[in-house]
Amino acid sequence: MLIEGKDISIGYEGDAVIEDFTFSIEQGSYICIVGENGSGKSTFVKTILGLIEPLKGKISYNGLRSNEIGYLPQRALIQQDFPSSVMEVVLSGCLNRHRGMFRYAQSEKAKAAEELRRLGMADKISESFQDLSGGQQQRVLLARALMATEKLLLLDEPAAGLDPGTSSQMYGIVEELNRQGITILMVTHDIHPVLNNADTVFHFSHKGFYQGKKDEYFATQMGRIFMKEAGHDHS
Amino acid sequence: MIIAEILSYPFLARALAVGFLISLTASLLGVSLVLRRFSMIGDGLSHVGFGALGIAAVLSLPPMAVTIPVVVAAAFLLLRMSERKMGGDSAIAMISSSALAIGVIAVSLGGVNTDLNAFLFGSILSVSRSDAVIATVSAVVTLSAYLIFYHQIYASTFDPAFARATGIKCERYTSLLAVLTAVMIVVGMRMLGSLLISSLMIFPAMTAMRVAKTYLSVSIVAAAESALAFLIGFIASYSFSLPTGAAIVVTHLVFFIIACIIRKLRALL
Repeated sequence: MLIEGKDISIGYEGDAVIEDFTFSIEQGSYICIVGENGSGKSTFVKTILGLIEPLKGKISYNGLRSNEIGYLPQRALIQQDFPSSVMEVVLSGCLNRHRGMFRYAQSEKAKAAEELRRLGMADKISESFQDLSGGQQQRVLLARALMATEKLLLLDEPAAGLDPGTSSQMYGIVEELNRQGITILMVTHDIHPVLNNADTVFHFSHKGFYQGKKDEYFATQMGRIFMKEAGHDHS
Repeated sequence: MIIAEILSYPFLARALAVGFLISLTASLLGVSLVLRRFSMIGDGLSHVGFGALGIAAVLSLPPMAVTIPVVVAAAFLLLRMSERKMGGDSAIAMISSSALAIGVIAVSLGGVNTDLNAFLFGSILSVSRSDAVIATVSAVVTLSAYLIFYHQIYASTFDPAFARATGIKCERYTSLLAVLTAVMIVVGMRMLGSLLISSLMIFPAMTAMRVAKTYLSVSIVAAAESALAFLIGFIASYSFSLPTGAAIVVTHLVFFIIACIIRKLRALL
C-alpha cells in the first residue's frame, strides 16, 4: 500500500466537503478520480499533496517521502505567454531537491533531457514553452512532474482543452508510464481512460465517497449513471 | 568626455551610481512582477510612498525612516488585495489616488510647495550622501537575494500550484518580492519621482519579453536594457537640461518601440 487514509474528513477551514471516508492507493495501480464539480475532487488532490491538512484522521504515506508526488496541475492555470525555455520548465521539477545556489548540476540536466526523450520531446529541448502546442506543453509539464518522482503521478484533468487526437495520445503516454511501474492517480471527466486504462475508480459525490475496482464500480448505480451521462449506455 | 565631466561633480557621480544600481534592481524585480500581473502594484506603491514622504516632510521626520515601513506595509496589503479575484484592481486604484491626495494636502499644509515637483518628478539634486548609502545597501541586498533565490522565484512565478505541491514555500517568495519592491520604490522615488518610478520596473521586462523567450534571457536583456536606458537618459538630461526622470522614461519608451519593431520584423522573416 502506497498511501492510505482511514476515516478521514477533508475540507477547508473546518468546513468538511467529505466526511469519514476510507481509501487506499496501491503501488502500481491506475486510479481515476471521477465525480461532479464541487464534490471534493480538488480538495482530495490538495490533501494528498499535503497542501491542506485533513480535518480529521491522518493519511499515511508508506515508503513515500513528502514531496515525492509528481504533480501535473491543470494546464489552464499556467500563463500561455510566459517566457521560458522547455529546459527551464523541466528542471524546475527537481528544485525541491536541488542543492547549490544558481546552476543545476549536469546530472539534473541529463535527467531532464532523458525525461523529455522518454515523452518524445527530445527535439524540442531548446525551444520556448510558449511556442509549443497544447499537447506538447502538456508533455513538457509531465516531464517536469517525472523529475520530482518515479513513484506516483497525480494528474489533474490532463486532457482538458486538448483535441480528441491529442488527448488519446496523452492517455496513451499515461498508460505507458503506468506500465513502467508508476502509480497513476488521475482526475478526469472523460470516461474513456476510466473504461480503457484504469483498474480502480474513486468516485466523489455529494452523497459520499466510493472506492472500487473498475468492474465493480460500473456495476453500481452511480457507475451506471456516469456511463449513461457519458453516452455509453447501450443497455 | 561627457561622462568624465559628469563624474567631476560629486553629486552627479553619486546620482549616477545610485541610479544605475536602482535601474538594475528594478528591472529584475520587474520581470517577476510583470509576469505575476502585479504591474499595478508598483504604481500604487509609489503613490503611497509619495503620501508618506509628504507627511514626513510636514512633520519634519526623517523621510526614509517613515516611508520605507509605510510602503512595505502597503505592499503586503496590496498583494493580499490583488490575490482576491474581484475588485482588487479597483482597490489598488483607490488606495493609490487617496495616498497621492493625502500627500498633496500634507505638502501644501506644510508650506513646502517648492518640493512638490521634486516629489512627483524626482530630482537628482535630492540624492544625499545618506540616500546614496541606503540605496547602495538595498540594491546589493536585493540583487543578492534575487540571485540566491532565482530558481525559487522562477518556479513560484511560472506555476505556483506545482511549486507548492513540491514543497516550495511560494508565499515566502511573494513576501520577499513585496519587501524588495517596496524598498526599491522608496529609494528610487527620490530620484525618479513617484509618478515615474514604476516605469523602471515595467518597461525593461516588457521590452525584454518582445525579443527574448526564455526566463534567463528575459532577465538578462531586461537588466541590460534598464542600465543602458538609464545611462542614455541621464546623459541626455545633463546635456540638454531635461528633467532626469522623464528623460530616462522616454529612453525606455524608445527602446520598447524598437523591440516591438524587431519582433514584427522577425515574424515577417
